[in-house]
Parts: sequence; C-alpha cells; structure tokens
Amino acid sequence: MPKQESCRIAKQEKLTDTVFKLTLLSPFVSQTAKPGQFVNVRVCNDYDPLLRRPISIHQVSKKDKTIQLLYEVVGKGTEILSSLKTGTSIDILGPLGNGFPIDKNTKNHILVGGGMGIAPLLFLASQLKGNVEIIIGASSKSKIYCANEMRKLSDKLIITTDDGSLGEKGFVSDSLSTNITDYDLRYSVIYACGPHAMLEAVAHIARKNKVPCQLSMEAYMACGIGTCMGCVVKTVSGYKKVCDDGPVFDAKEIIWD
Amino acid sequence: MGLETEIAGIKLKNPVMVASGTFGYGKEPAQFIDLNQLGAIVTKTITLEPREGNAPPRIVETPSGMLNSIGLQNKGIQDFVDNVIPFLAKIKTPVIVNIAGDSPEQYAKLAKILSQEPTVKGLELNISCPNVKKGGMQFGIDPSATADLVKSVRKATKLPLIVKLSPNVTDITAIAKAAEQAGADAISLINTLLGMSIDINTHQFRLGAKTGGLSGPAIKPVAVRMVWQVAQVVKIPIIGIGGIMTGADAIEFFLAGASAIQIGTGNFVDPQTPIRVINEIKDYLTKRNISNLQSIIGKAI
Repeated sequence: MPKQESCRIAKQEKLTDTVFKLTLLSPFVSQTAKPGQFVNVRVCNDYDPLLRRPISIHQVSKKDKTIQLLYEVVGKGTEILSSLKTGTSIDILGPLGNGFPIDKNTKNHILVGGGMGIAPLLFLASQLKGNVEIIIGASSKSKIYCANEMRKLSDKLIITTDDGSLGEKGFVSDSLSTNITDYDLRYSVIYACGPHAMLEAVAHIARKNKVPCQLSMEAYMACGIGTCMGCVVKTVSGYKKVCDDGPVFDAKEIIWD
Repeated sequence: MGLETEIAGIKLKNPVMVASGTFGYGKEPAQFIDLNQLGAIVTKTITLEPREGNAPPRIVETPSGMLNSIGLQNKGIQDFVDNVIPFLAKIKTPVIVNIAGDSPEQYAKLAKILSQEPTVKGLELNISCPNVKKGGMQFGIDPSATADLVKSVRKATKLPLIVKLSPNVTDITAIAKAAEQAGADAISLINTLLGMSIDINTHQFRLGAKTGGLSGPAIKPVAVRMVWQVAQVVKIPIIGIGGIMTGADAIEFFLAGASAIQIGTGNFVDPQTPIRVINEIKDYLTKRNISNLQSIIGKAI
C-alpha cells in the first residue's frame, strides 16, 4: 500500500544538460518498492504546474533508505525539479502501480530500454537471478545513460544508437530482432520500457517468437493513484489505467492503434 | 466550533465534501486520508450500463488547471451495488451518489435502484458533464430540460436530490430556478468549463476527444461568481465547487452563498487537501471569534 512521504533530497546529479539523477531519502518507499513501480512527485507548492509528475523508480538502496529517480527536463515541472537543491524536501506518493512480475522459473531475462525508458530497468536488473541480457538504445551516444551500471548487472549488454555514434547503429528493436534467435527462448521473458513505437515493435517481435513480454506503459496522469481514470491505454479488456492497472502490462493485452 | 452544515436534509459534520470523479469510490484515497473526517463523499458518476469512456489522451495540464475528457468511464450500476456499496457501507461519512443517463427515464431508474440502498444518503444528478455525446450537459443547458429531468427523478425517489449545474450556459440562474421549482433539494456548481488545447508542434488536439472540461484554481473566480448569482435566486442550499485548494478558497464560496463546498482537482494535487481545508476553515473561524460557520454564509451578498 502506498504512502505519502516527505523526502529530503540527498543528491541532485546533472548527467547531461537535460538529464538528472535525483537521490531521495525515502524511509518508506525505499523499503517497499518493486522494480517497475513509480512515485508521483509534487515539484512545487504552487499551482503552476498544478499536477504531480509520475517518475519511475530508477534504483533503491534499502541500506541507505534512498531511492533514485532518473529524469529528463522536458517542461516546467521537471525544470523546477532539477533546480531543487540538496537538503530541500519534496512530497511524493508511492510506491505506485504494479511492478514487473518476476517469475522464479525464468532463466533468461531480456531487458529492452529506449531513451529514458532505461530508468526502471536498472532497478529491475538488480533484482533478477539467472542470465540477464540488456539492450539499451537512444538517438545518439550522448543520450545513453548508466551503461556502466547496466553492464555490471548484466551478462551481456548491447547498446544501440540511431546515428551509430555508439554501439550498433539502429533501434533497440532491430537489435532484439536480430539477437533473439540466439536466446534460449524456453525460459525467457522480455521486459521493455521506452517510447510507444518502440514498445509496439518489441511486442511484435515477442509475439512472433512466442516469448512472454512485459511492457511498462506511459500516459498523461492526474492523480496517479487510480481515481481519475485519466491515464488509460487500450487493452483487450477495455481501457485500463496505467497508474494502478499498470504501468506494467502483458504485451498480449495491449491494443496498438 | 460549529462547522456543522446541512445540505438537502443531510447533516454534515463539516462543509467539506469531495467532488464526483476526483475521488473514485473512496478506496484509493483511503490509503492516504481518513474518510471519516470528511463532510461527505460524492462518488464518481454511475450510469445504468457500463461505459468505456473516451479515447486517450484524456488529461492535459493547463496553466493553474487541467482539462479532462474521461467520458464517464464506469462499470455500471450493478457492479456499483455489488462491489462498491459494501465498501462504502463501512464509512461513517455520508455517501452521495452521482448519477447520469441518456434520458430522464434512465436517471429515474438509477434513482429507484439506489433508493433501496441505506448506505446512499443522497443523489447528485450530473446534468453537466461536457465529455459525453448523450446524457450530460444536454440536460443542464436548457431550463425546461432540467425541470423535466428533475421532476422525473423526484417522482422516483425520496432521497435528497442535488442537481449539479454546468457553467457552460448563458444564464445559470434560469437553470438553477428550474431545478429548484422541479423539486431539487440542493444545487451544486460548477462542473468543468468546456475547453481545448492544441499541440503547436504536431498541430494535433491534445485530448483524444478534442474538447474537455477545465478544472482547478484557474476556474475558481468563475465558480465564485456563479455561486453568488445562484444564491440570489434560490432558497435551497448551494454547494460550491471550482478550484478550491485552501481554506481561504472555501471561505470565499461561503461568503458568496455556499453552505458547503466540494474539493475536486485538489484531490489530485494532494490527497490531504480536503483534510487541510477543514482545518484551515476551523482556523479562520477561530481567529475571528466566529462560533458558527452558518453566520458567514452569504455574508458578501
């Protein structure tokens, strides 16, 4: 069950001009969060921006009682968030949503992340047992984050960039499509997070190769807790809420328009 | 401290209610606040049959506000009776159920079904949803359509009837008077203002349904003005709604003539909003040595 928590900022790291890693002292969420869950962050006490910002949990440290959020400045809300200094406190709701289901019998975990979609995959990778293969991609080299951390947590890491400035040239879905034949598909699961088009491509590859696939979906949200019905995606059983039916859905459930 | 107030014969321990569509059926907010502290709970709109709702995106943030185009997504009255009422029955706070339909007959049928449920202390008629083609605002923008609807529901139930008005009208006083004459016990206002937002990069509408309802602090002055207008023409109690985030906001509505208020979008911003508003109203009255909330209602008129 989620809680409302006032969290002191332990660290605000600027990774690039627009991407930041925020470390929050969060006694509750750090102990209860599961990979794939998110927190809904109030970035200011004013009314503009009005709504909270849903941000996936990038990493947790139970020992330090901290959680980390990896986020990109894309508008006023994230801009304010990036300006907050160490020591200030922010109000969060969490942990929210359902995380990635982790099946003990899965022997081969394939993690696919595009752009900022890599954020929840680090936490996920840290919780997996068995063979972990990670494919992360972005438009170019400067937009690849946490490759070193990902490498440490994986048996194999593939990096793709649209412009070929780092790793394989192309999309993560191209790489998945090429490499999937090498994987032992009997006990494999694909977990993916990233832009809508990427998730659709990954879902298609998973279906074609008959591999179970879990997708972390995104949508504009208001409440984040399941009351407003604002953040829906189309599924085989009607519109489902990203915030509390998801954000992780079985790829077979999603209807792509 | 006299925070008690009465709406449509329903006694409330304080004047802070939560608005339909912003609180679900209470289950999720109960993770963050004690529902028994609220004045009343108004549940998300229920229709006879399940409704799928509108195509996403359904939410857009706007300056000091937001647009929504949910489209009354709900599982229908049967699911509500079977699966939601047992939860609501455990709460001490009065439960008011918001209903909508395509025709006066559908509203009446819903009222009849809900009259059998002792947990339901009152009904709020949604005649003001801007996000559905049928059954919503169509009844709330014409005085005679409002009157016909209220009359047919009045015949179907003895439950207190609150009529929720739309601000998307030329003369809200005519609608309010029509509702009162047709037998409404109270009026709540305002529902959301019809709005639109366009992405200048993609040239696309930001909402799947193109238009949506504007809510939040941005609409508060419009809501206060409309409460003040309606307060001058009806004798039945008024519930003020529109961008209330603080006790000070609520006091404005009381001074304009509201006997109670509802917190809507404020629930999304901070689940504690209704509790904080109750405390801030208390502080306001205490600081000014006002012993009773009733003594400030309509004071600005």
